[in-house]
Amino acid sequence: MTESKRPPSDFPDIFSRGEKGAAMADAATLPAMRARRGGASRFFAALWRGAVGPIVVVCAAIVALWYLGAVLMNADLQRSAFENAGRKSWTTAELVAGTLSQERPKLPAPHQVAQELWKTVVDTPATSKRSLVYHGGVTLSATLLGFLFGAGLGVGLAVLIVHVKSLERSLMPWIISSQTIPIIALAPMIVIILNQLDITGIVPKAAIAAYLSFFPVTVGMVKGLRSPDPLQLDLMRTYSASQAQTFWSLRLPACVPFLFASLRVGVAAALVGTVVAELTQSADGGFGARLLAGSYYGQTIQIWAAIFAAAACACALIAAVALADRIVARRMGYAR
Amino acid sequence: MNSAMATDRVEAARQAPATTPPVIAARDLSLTYEATDGPVQALSGIDLDIQRGEFVSLIGPSGCGKTTLLRVIADLETASAGSITVNGVSPQEARLNRSYGYVFQAPALYPWRSIAGNVGLPLEIMGYPKAERRERVEKNLALVNLTGFERKFPWQLSGGMQQRASIARALSFDPDLLLMDEPFGALDEIVRDKLNEQLLRLWDLTRKTVVFVTHSIPEAVFLSTRIVVMSPRPGRIHETIPCDFPRDRTLDIRETPEFLEIANRVRHGLREGHSYE
Ligand SMILES: Nc1ncnc2c1ncn2[C@@H]1O[C@H](COP(=O)(O)OP(=O)(O)O)[C@@H](O)[C@H]1O
Ligand SMILES: [Mg+2]
Repeated sequence: MTESKRPPSDFPDIFSRGEKGAAMADAATLPAMRARRGGASRFFAALWRGAVGPIVVVCAAIVALWYLGAVLMNADLQRSAFENAGRKSWTTAELVAGTLSQERPKLPAPHQVAQELWKTVVDTPATSKRSLVYHGGVTLSATLLGFLFGAGLGVGLAVLIVHVKSLERSLMPWIISSQTIPIIALAPMIVIILNQLDITGIVPKAAIAAYLSFFPVTVGMVKGLRSPDPLQLDLMRTYSASQAQTFWSLRLPACVPFLFASLRVGVAAALVGTVVAELTQSADGGFGARLLAGSYYGQTIQIWAAIFAAAACACALIAAVALADRIVARRMGYAR
Repeated sequence: MNSAMATDRVEAARQAPATTPPVIAARDLSLTYEATDGPVQALSGIDLDIQRGEFVSLIGPSGCGKTTLLRVIADLETASAGSITVNGVSPQEARLNRSYGYVFQAPALYPWRSIAGNVGLPLEIMGYPKAERRERVEKNLALVNLTGFERKFPWQLSGGMQQRASIARALSFDPDLLLMDEPFGALDEIVRDKLNEQLLRLWDLTRKTVVFVTHSIPEAVFLSTRIVVMSPRPGRIHETIPCDFPRDRTLDIRETPEFLEIANRVRHGLREGHSYE
């Protein structure tokens, strides 16, 4: 009846807390574990129970698989390297060690990526073009600017669509079809057109970021602005509230949870858009430029380091939105 | 047209010897919903006058149009035929004049507003100055025994408390007319008795006109000055039963023979309304 209204999970709730999953795994696995009661199984049961345990287990599994993949994928290259060096035989241990320390492996090992990240994030001064912090700054500034534009555009479109009946039918098809064009095909055109109009620098990249991020915001906001139930709307009518009053006192506050859910998706989309734009407009740097340079010179380690840095940035952005969400939700009495 | 109005006036004068015009006057009122699977006649030929200061209960089985009638009075639905005035003007004008407070079947509190914020909502919409808003919120929360809950959010209150908050909200701008749609329908018997007593005292104190929808016979008999028994398909008024207990009655009167007699009349009326089925 007065359940606080959270939006239905249309969007992946990336930051929902781990306990629920852990509790479920608990219920499912515990009986089986109790049956055996070995030291090891008790250890794993304890690991599952905590909030951190499952995360650690999954990460360890991924890293193990990654190492296995690195060895298998780089083995051929390593064998020919040995042969080129004139060696006739080698031990398995030598082969494995070799696959994990190549300069340009097909699949770099986790520790190689970690070393590259350390080198380019910590050991290189942030002003250097070899620093990932520098490139991260380039990407993040375009991302944030684009996200700001995109979110603003998304909110504006949603408000129009909800209040002007004819706009829904005339705007929605364009909004939806705008998202069906692959951004990788569209981005170079937008960059080139804007460059010809003498618009360079951060703006073309931000434009593409905005292009990707406005859509989830529009969709989420429209849904949120329409979320008040008939009773809540009738109440406003009994007060003879104006449309503007209904908007500010009912529709807008009701749509806040929906807005934040779509902002999370939007901010990640903005980062993707910026990186794609940087593939075309690579002179200014950024993660996209690093990816491009890495693939020119076969620097797979550099590519992977850039990918991880970009993913970490996306996580940080989403976490920032989630934090804002939580603060606002508490202020609005949604949090219990 | 003129003669119809003249008879209206004669009729009104006959029913109300007092000089004040009726708060609600409905003549041959009908309403048909255009549902997807064909029209539904929710109200048919409703004639009803409600005088200032009356407490009128609408009682009847579900689907007999009680909510619909209340919504027509509140200008939340528009009648398909017939005429209705509220405070002598059309329901729309009455709504624009903010003449009534409406209590819905569910509390319909806004979850992002505190209790004080919810009770103050109509005052904000109607542009009351801040100091007066605070004063009225405080006064009306005290009236429904919710002092001290100002800063709580709706989910922190029980169902009965939420409904009381919604009554305080309807009272906050002091409308002369209260429209209440099964406000206590979802509550348990004990809470309901208590709220019935509180509501009666409030009505006695403020001399407001109340139109109250219920499907509980004891509730209707205890609260009302007049009980309108409705019957379904199509929704119409089957019978009107006057019910004149002293204004300062308490729950004890429910054991008196007079109370039981009226309750029986209502029960009979309800059964007759159903009998054609
Ligand atoms: N919005 C609507 N559209 C179509 N039919 C409706 C609508 N609202 C109510 N009805 C129908 O009108 C009749 C009267 O409903 P209602 O006034 O809610 O009855 P009550 O409040 O006495 O239970 C019912 O048959 C119901 O199904
Ligand atoms: Mg009803």
